[in-house]
Order: sequence, then structure tokens, then C-alpha cells
Amino acid sequence: MRTEEATLRIIETARGKRAKFRDERVTMAHGAGGKATQSMIEGLFAPAFAPDGPEPLGDAAVLHDLGVAITTDSFVVKPIRFPGGSIGELAVNGSVNDLAVSGARPLALTLSLVLEEGLPAEELRDEVEAIAAAARRAEVEVVAGDTKVVERGHADSMYICTTAVGTLDPRASLSPAGIRPGDRILVSGRVGDHGMAIMLSRGEFELGADIRSDTRSLWPAADALLEAAGESLHCMRDATRGGVASVVNELARSSAVAIVLREAAVPVDPAVSGAAEILGLDPLYVANEGVLVAFVAAERCEAALAALRSVPGCEEAAEIGEVKTEPPGMVLVETGFGGRRVMDMLVGDPLPRIC
Amino acid sequence: MRFVDEFRDAELGRVLAAEILAAVEPGRHYKFMEVCGGHTHSIYKYGVDDLLPANVELVHGPGCPVCVIPMGRVDDGIAIAHEPGVIFTCFGDMMRVPGADGSLLEAKAAGADIRMVYSPLDALRVAKANPDREVVFFAIGFETTAPSTALTLKRARAEGVSNFSCVCNHVTIVPPLRALLESPDLRLDGFIGPGHVSTVVGARPFEFIPSDYGKPVVIAGFEPLDILHAIRMILAQVAEGRCQVENQYKRVVPWEGNLRALEVMAEVFELRPHFEWRGLGFISQSGLKLTDAYAELDAERRFSVPGIRVADPKACQCGEVLKGVIKPWECKVFGTACTPERPIGTCMVSSEGACAAYYNFGRFAREREVV
Repeated sequence: MRTEEATLRIIETARGKRAKFRDERVTMAHGAGGKATQSMIEGLFAPAFAPDGPEPLGDAAVLHDLGVAITTDSFVVKPIRFPGGSIGELAVNGSVNDLAVSGARPLALTLSLVLEEGLPAEELRDEVEAIAAAARRAEVEVVAGDTKVVERGHADSMYICTTAVGTLDPRASLSPAGIRPGDRILVSGRVGDHGMAIMLSRGEFELGADIRSDTRSLWPAADALLEAAGESLHCMRDATRGGVASVVNELARSSAVAIVLREAAVPVDPAVSGAAEILGLDPLYVANEGVLVAFVAAERCEAALAALRSVPGCEEAAEIGEVKTEPPGMVLVETGFGGRRVMDMLVGDPLPRIC
Repeated sequence: MRFVDEFRDAELGRVLAAEILAAVEPGRHYKFMEVCGGHTHSIYKYGVDDLLPANVELVHGPGCPVCVIPMGRVDDGIAIAHEPGVIFTCFGDMMRVPGADGSLLEAKAAGADIRMVYSPLDALRVAKANPDREVVFFAIGFETTAPSTALTLKRARAEGVSNFSCVCNHVTIVPPLRALLESPDLRLDGFIGPGHVSTVVGARPFEFIPSDYGKPVVIAGFEPLDILHAIRMILAQVAEGRCQVENQYKRVVPWEGNLRALEVMAEVFELRPHFEWRGLGFISQSGLKLTDAYAELDAERRFSVPGIRVADPKACQCGEVLKGVIKPWECKVFGTACTPERPIGTCMVSSEGACAAYYNFGRFAREREVV
């Protein structure tokens, strides 16, 4: 019979391999940012578009020769307005943030609107204003656009697709490959606000709480970190779908390092942790729209954290963990209770447990 | 969070861990089964087993309500979900459980109208909001969830909601425990009793375990301190040569259970002669169905259900894992053919299942002190 260690090795080897796309149909899990999404990207898209391409897939494509970073994104949130924001604001901030965490100052974005037949003009006007306001705040220009209308019953009022471009910041030398054992891990604010605000605003749970989306541009946070830590800032990620847990799992895997998080150090709004407790979810897996995860060399950690906390909206930034060597590819959590557990990538959609 | 964080106090945890360490006899190996999947989940979530001496082993029992649903029942559910005009409702983690031909989640992707609900009352609400559709609730769970299904059915009948029905997969906790205890290869020194089930049935139904089989039982809550406390109490029974049912979860579990919940269950449900369990096979008088008085709310009578019977996959050793005969990683397909993304057996399906919990949370080989 196999030993426990041998079994664990088999699992780790399997985890380290490029995922295969073997599903018969697309399910909601393929959009949740966890393992199914990963299998679709690594097993279908990457082999087709970049068979010899660079392995780690970042939030934006960095074109060093041109000095720019470029990213593309779509927004299909339901409902389109929610506490703390709306789909238009999300579209701008989400695009800008992919650039910011790639070390690029956001410059311009293009906008493609897919509108549902029958959408009240007032709602469209509101979203256009929300886009314009968010673009002003994020200091990006909306430079081109396209519009399509689809029949009633499709597109849940509206979908928004964006492409954004930014100029590479000379202070930035960011890459998953730059992550080193000993690096400290920072988050720029409270986790789980956005995902929980959306879940509650759908009204399916009859849970009332004052939880607002954290949608915001992360360029000021990235800028502050680049200024305070420079080359000691090794990598940044935008912790959107799948939450902080999915981001650190991806990085642990692609950089072949171990990551240890301290659960008690993770800033979570008490209302979010209460709702997560009731719904049986872990805030670390819940989506954010204004939280970045940064890997900083230990000696610049304090300065980076202080700089981050001085940015409006990032007052609750915290150091939540450390990069280690063993076991490579794994994320471990030191629980507040004093035990330890493995924190894997999200499997499927975050489905609540029944009891 | 008040009234929750108190039960997750790390300092008190260390005190209990030290007491447990002092209570174990060096050289003796202790195997305790936590019956309930909720306990398994907490043990991994908080790393409770990190705090236990190496010679105290926890074995994960059959009490995960999602995991024990056999493939054939899932296939029956999917068949109903595909009937024209049906809205099929179920709890979230039921949707990933594979039948012989895919899961409810996949059936949803293939076009069936399947919706996740948090409570059977939500399903009834869906029925009232869609009077021209047939709304079916796929009811699962032990005595923990059965009363809420029973109440919902009572309300549906009282309000005359004619487009609502229920596939009843409710099961009872005592028959599978007895089946486990009858198993000749079982090696256990005691049980951490199921807290939520006991809230309904009380402590008395477990008295056969010490009296007929000579094993101590301590009914426990679901916070990490509850679980450590229960282990401490079982060890005290072992050390003092006592063997009885004790209630650690007194703040919630009354000794006699919840009499009103039991009454409602008795009104709406009756025992099936036998019911199939994934990994454990058929167990007599272990499942519930609707009484004749509620026949019109019984989806199994309202729809032509194929009544599919699918054998458990051969390679799967869930039965032995559930009996504590082997550990999850000792199963032939664990982590290779059977993973949380593509589960074969019951124990890998829900995050509460023994194998999924071990795969997700526990598979980092720990360095422990050898006592």
C-alpha cells in the first residue's frame, strides 16, 4: 500500500501540472475564478493562443518594447446597481486595477456596451455618468467605444467590455518570478466587501447588513507601494474573483514557493465575517474590487505598509503572511485558534454548505 | 463576533490541549469517531487535530448529509428537473454531487431550471411566485433538517399551494451508527456525538452505544473548543472506566430533544422499509418518506421517477473510510481518480466529507511530537 507521503506527492505532482479542460459543458464554475477557470485557461486558451508563451499569466499583458501594459475585461454583474457602486464604476475600476497591479499607470480605455432591449434610458444614463465619473477619478480617458443591443431576456440589462492601456512605471519590476522566500504579504484593505455586498443585494438570503462594495481605483495604492518599496516590491495582484485565497494559490503554484497566511491578521469587516459565518463562506475566497495583494521584501515591509495606509481607502491595509520555501506550491493558513490548514484554490462556484 | 469568538479562544484551546495530553496514556492509541460532517469540517477548518497528541486519532463518520445520497437518487432528481415546466430547488452543496450521468450543476448547464435555496421555505416561496410552474424541493439531511422540511410541507398544505412537492431523501442517524457498530472490522474507542441532530432527537437515542456496544459518547458543539472539550470528556470516561452518553453541547442540546420538532416529523414522515446509502449500501428503516396524508406533496408520486439504482463505483472505498477501517489517503483512488473537482465517492463530494476535508485542509503532512 502507498504511504501517506507518497499519496501526498501524487496529489502535489498532479496539482503542479498544467490543468486539462475536460468538461462537456461550460458551467458557472468556469466563471468563478477557481480550478475550473484555471483548467479552461491552461487547458484551452493558452495552448491555442500562446503555446510557447510565458507561463505565469498576469492581470495585464506587459509589452516591454512599447513601454505599455494592456488588459481586457468584461462585466456582467447582477444586479447592475448595488450598495457602494454599479456596473459602470466597476468596469472602469476593474480595468484600471489590472494595469495598476502590473505596474502601469492607467492611461486610456475603450468601452463596449451590450444593452438589453427595453432597458430604461434612465438606467443607461446613470451608468454612462458612473463611467465618466469613475474615469475622472481614476484619471483615465475613455477613448473609443461600441454599442450592441440584444433581444429582451439576454444580457441582464447590460454587459460592459473594456480594454485598457497604461504606461509602464519605471519604478516597477514586478513578476511572479520575483517572489522570494522571506517576502512579506500585504493586503491593501478589508477583504470580502464586494462579493458579500453583491450576494446580499441579490436578496436571495433575506440577510440585511450595511455592506458596501469596495470598488475603487488601485493606482494610488500601487503608486504609493512603488514609491515606498521600489524594486523591493516584487509582485502585486488584484484580488477579484476567487478572492485573496485564489490569488495567493496561483502565485504559490507559479512561483513554486510556500505561502503562509495568518488568519487573525486578515482585515475583515465584522458584518462581512458575520454574513460569511451564516452563509458558510470564507471571506478569503470572496471577491474584491478594490483590494490588491503585494509581495514585498521583508526589509521594506514596514515602509510599504505605512505608505499604503496613508492612501485613502487603504487605512486598514495589513501584513497577512509570509513566503516560505516548503512545501512548494502550497498555501497554509495559521488559524486564529492555533492550528494550521491547507487553503486550496476554489473548487466550483462558492456553494454554501447546508449545515 | 460575540458568542462565537469566545468558543474559538486560542488560549483556552491550549489549556484543553495540555489537559488532553496529560490524560492520554503513552503507548496507547485512541481512535474516536466524529459522527457529524460539521465536526469534520470544523476540525480541519481550525486545525483542531494539530493540537492533539499523535496517539489520538479522529475518524470521520457517516454524518455528512450530502455525501450519503446514492447516485441513483441524484439521477432521479435530475430526471425530475428535466421534466417540462419544473423548477427544481435544492441546497447549494447538493448541486455538485455526481450521479451516474453528471451532477445537478451540469443538468443546470444543460438547460434544466435548477435553483439553489437556503431553506425549504425559500423553495415554497419560489412555488408561490411561479404558480404556473411545478416547483420541486430536493430534501436532504438527517433529523437536523427534516423538521424544517416537515414544517414547510405542513405550510404548503395549509396554504393550498398546489404546485409544490418534495423529493424526500431525509435519513435518520441511529441506523447507520448501528450498522457501523455491527461491523466486525470496526476499531473505535468512542464517539463525538452529532450536535445538530441531537438538538432535535436529544441524547437518549444514543444510549444504545454505551449499553449495547460499550463505547462512550459525548455530544459536542461545532466550535473548536467544543470539540477539544468533548475529546477531553471521552478521555476522562476511558480513564475512569466509565461508559455513558454525556452532553458537552448543553447550551443547545436538551436531553429529551425538541419535542415539537419530533411531533411535526412524526406527522409528516414515516420510515421507509430500507434506504440506500452511498458507501454503506441498504440500511433498513434508515430513510424517511412522506405519509399518505401528504401524498399529493410527494414528488416521487407526482412525477414518474425512473427509480434508478446505480451501484457505487467499484474502485471506491468510501464504506471502509466511513467505518474508520482505512484513512482517506489509503483509498486506492484518493487524490488520483477521485478529487474534489471530479469526485467518485461520497466522502469526496461535500466539503464536509472525510476525503474532501482531508484533501482540502489536512493533506499537509504535519510534524507532530511523538508522545
